[in-house]
Amino acid sequence: MLYPTTLTSDPFALMRRMSRDFDRTFGARAPAFPEVNLWQNEEAVAITAELPGVEPSDIEITVKDNVLTLSGERKAPDLGDDAVWHRRERGFGRFRRAIRLPFAAHDDQVEARFADGVLRIAVARPEEDRPRRIEIKAA
Amino acid sequence: MTTEMTTTERNSAAISETTRGGPIYRPATDIVERDGSVSLMLEMPGVAPNDVDVTLENRVLTIRGRAGQSRPEKLQLAYAEYGEGDYERSFTLSEDFDPDKVEAAMKNGLLTVTLPRTEAAKPKKIAVKSA
Repeated sequence: MLYPTTLTSDPFALMRRMSRDFDRTFGARAPAFPEVNLWQNEEAVAITAELPGVEPSDIEITVKDNVLTLSGERKAPDLGDDAVWHRRERGFGRFRRAIRLPFAAHDDQVEARFADGVLRIAVARPEEDRPRRIEIKAA
Repeated sequence: MTTEMTTTERNSAAISETTRGGPIYRPATDIVERDGSVSLMLEMPGVAPNDVDVTLENRVLTIRGRAGQSRPEKLQLAYAEYGEGDYERSFTLSEDFDPDKVEAAMKNGLLTVTLPRTEAAKPKKIAVKSA
């Protein structure tokens, strides 16, 4: 496992990541579904989530002010009554996660793509909210 | 003849390293039997259909998936709940599967492998005659 050596703004991020990798290795299931990764820079935020086996039409994304809500349903496959389960490790049912963004986003600046079971949501920061560079004038 | 399916509990990938250097995850799997065939459903998000490798050799079914990078351009990871890496898992099968009839389909990051049982292995009902 690779960990970043540079310090991020959140000193506990590394600890959480290590704890998560530990859980993943030793079989503890994370209670939250879907698991999300958050990416950001000064102009945008991106959220990636793992939703294997979920149809894009069963995913709903809403944005209100600075809260992005991801909800939907993992539908169990229709196998009929005579199916015999040998092993059941996947979960099914409705899910819902609310993610707080570092800024208030407008609906038209949110873009979502779904490919190979991975959802990618890009949220652009509104122009008026972006940090401005201040020129220093000579005295 | 055994009809049970067992799995290798230990992740064999933990011992050897990949040439790409990334982590290897064990995909969560559902195994269901119906209509004389066994279906495996493996969760492999981030793996394109062309990057899946399913092999059946000496009763061992091995599934490998190579995940693409989802890192958005110019952005830095601020918070992470999941890691990205390749997937690998193997299952030991009973002998009654026809290796030529194994089918695999990949959709939305979910791999479905269907293994039909051979005709010889399907249970035959024997009628009892009255003497």
